[in-house]
Amino acid sequence: MPEFGSIPVPATQTGTPQPKTGGTLEPATVPAAVAAPPSEVRKYLREQSSGAAIDSTFAGLMVVCALSVIFIVLLIVFVLVANSKLSIHAFGWKFFGSSNWDPVNGSFGALPFIYGTVVSSMLALVIAVPLSIAVAIFVLDICPLPLRGPIAFLTELLAAIPSVVYGLWAVFVLVPIVRDQLGPWLVKTLGWTGFFAEPNFGVGILTASLILAVMIFPVICSISRDVMRAVPSSQREAALALGATRWEMIRMSVLRNARIGIVGAVILGLGRALGETMAVTMVIGNHPDITKNLLNPAHTLASVIANEFSEATGDLYLSALIEIGLALFLVTIVVNAIARLLVWAVTRNSARATA
Amino acid sequence: MSTPPNNPPNPSQTPSVPTPVASMPTPVASMPGTAAPQSGLNSISLPPRSAQTENWLKRRRFATDMTVTGLSILSTAVVLLPLVAILGYLLFKGASSLNWAFFTRVPAPVGQSGGGMANAILGSGVILGLASLIGIPLGIGAGVFLAEYGRGGVFGNIVRFTADVLNGVPSIVMGIAAYALIVAHQHHFSAFAGGVALAIMMVPTITRTTEEMLATVPSSLREAAFGLGVPKWRTILSVSLRTASPGIITGCMLAFARVAGETAPLLFTALGNQFWSAKLNQPIAALPLQIFVYAESPYDEWHRLAWAGALVLIVLIMVSVTLVRIFANRGVLKGGQ
Repeated sequence: MPEFGSIPVPATQTGTPQPKTGGTLEPATVPAAVAAPPSEVRKYLREQSSGAAIDSTFAGLMVVCALSVIFIVLLIVFVLVANSKLSIHAFGWKFFGSSNWDPVNGSFGALPFIYGTVVSSMLALVIAVPLSIAVAIFVLDICPLPLRGPIAFLTELLAAIPSVVYGLWAVFVLVPIVRDQLGPWLVKTLGWTGFFAEPNFGVGILTASLILAVMIFPVICSISRDVMRAVPSSQREAALALGATRWEMIRMSVLRNARIGIVGAVILGLGRALGETMAVTMVIGNHPDITKNLLNPAHTLASVIANEFSEATGDLYLSALIEIGLALFLVTIVVNAIARLLVWAVTRNSARATA
Repeated sequence: MSTPPNNPPNPSQTPSVPTPVASMPTPVASMPGTAAPQSGLNSISLPPRSAQTENWLKRRRFATDMTVTGLSILSTAVVLLPLVAILGYLLFKGASSLNWAFFTRVPAPVGQSGGGMANAILGSGVILGLASLIGIPLGIGAGVFLAEYGRGGVFGNIVRFTADVLNGVPSIVMGIAAYALIVAHQHHFSAFAGGVALAIMMVPTITRTTEEMLATVPSSLREAAFGLGVPKWRTILSVSLRTASPGIITGCMLAFARVAGETAPLLFTALGNQFWSAKLNQPIAALPLQIFVYAESPYDEWHRLAWAGALVLIVLIMVSVTLVRIFANRGVLKGGQ
């Protein structure tokens, strides 16, 4: 790095080795250096202007910033592990297999929350994935050009709405709809499957999944759009030149080439859904139950923390909640790492192909 | 054959279409440059097929195309519906309950009407200011390192990956971490802890945007500066960062907009406060927290305030996102690509 700071002056005028000048050139010092051997003053000036010290300080500062990113992640892991030690020692792996959540008697098991998180996230994915891919295709390949910007902007706006506002809307609009219209209709038509049964309060897994689907849609849509855009246009042109219809072109050249990246986008959406807190807490009903009735109130890993953390009494209770946080942290890290690797694999290949 | 995620409605046509297409490249490639006639598709030698089948297949292919086009238009409409519903409802409810008292008064006690969220607006400002003060320099520094020093190195890749991982950490976990790190040691909730939690959430977004933006600065600009004898730190500050500044500002505002609406990390750090407070060492009110508390409450008066607060919050975020778009469109980098 420091070699850029010191540029040798072409040694054409004199035979004596030229002093290396760097930094902002001071014209007054150059003739002096040619005339006389370096003096103390000259040395001082050279040090000042070469900026080697500032250069390495600056580089060091940037390294510290970069290190702090790693440090933060390690610190989070350390703090979570240290604070959940009590519960880890008390329950071991049984913590994740037990469905008994009884703060009064000091017995804690995380299974109902894992169940709630998995079911609500999966249901949200089932709703959101086909829609987001369809919209990505529409915006990229079907939509007339003047509409493209506004639609992309609207989907970005969806991503910018805070979670608590989604929750507010869900509490006052979505919950009544599920309670009075959607729920009874589902019970009547699909009640025989056992997934929809009375009692229906409007709050429950289904409502949480619906609001989650709206929230993860922008993530999946924008990333799969990026991945599809990375497919070289020669692929599309080749398919079209062979007489493919638009859908055949999309299916054979776009979706086929982008499928790994789309899977990555879906997993990123899953990561977001797993960790989503506020909107889910507001509409899921907050009741640690394991039933297959999707209209039933439930709890997720994030919502139990949000609900009970500030009123947790006793070290074991607090430590059990922090262990839930640790589990959530590790799961989302793994999910996100897989997704990033998939997206990276696709975009890297396309970058190499176009280069 | 691997099937793409959304299959055509009629799966039986899947095997029939690739066959003619797969056999086509040879004849097409053998006559490059010649003007291929429009009817070339039919004249290519294929396994013999009656004109009727050919016609039927073609019609079905185009019907599938139309169906899928229709479906994707429909799903776009379905997706835009909740957005329009949310924004419309928010504007309607929020605007009708917004008044001057909202911006000037602190929350009224239960049972009394009136009152506002002035202290929450102030509190959000304090927390976000603190978060920006910590998060923005840290994020830009890490981004500069990735783009200018750590390119291609192992350490750089580790930092990049960690930043991506940090980006996906659930916000509630950030709240717990800040609680265990700061609140548990101080023995009381504080605005400072909330600011730190939000700052950590800002860092990865800013780092990655800064890196991407610096990567688009043409290296000839840097080389020109080096050629003039400008030291590296000065080149980074006055050439690279200045050229990339519109994009970096965009990244900072995106990160700001993202944390401005965060509630979960503040639940056990800033806690909320019913009174005026701007002290970093004390629990402080915040707009998203207040919305959450009021939405969960059973009082109509508080619901009204929650809607007004949501409108104010959204307007704050929309304004910064719009500024982002203006910056991004005017950016130097836009023309460079």
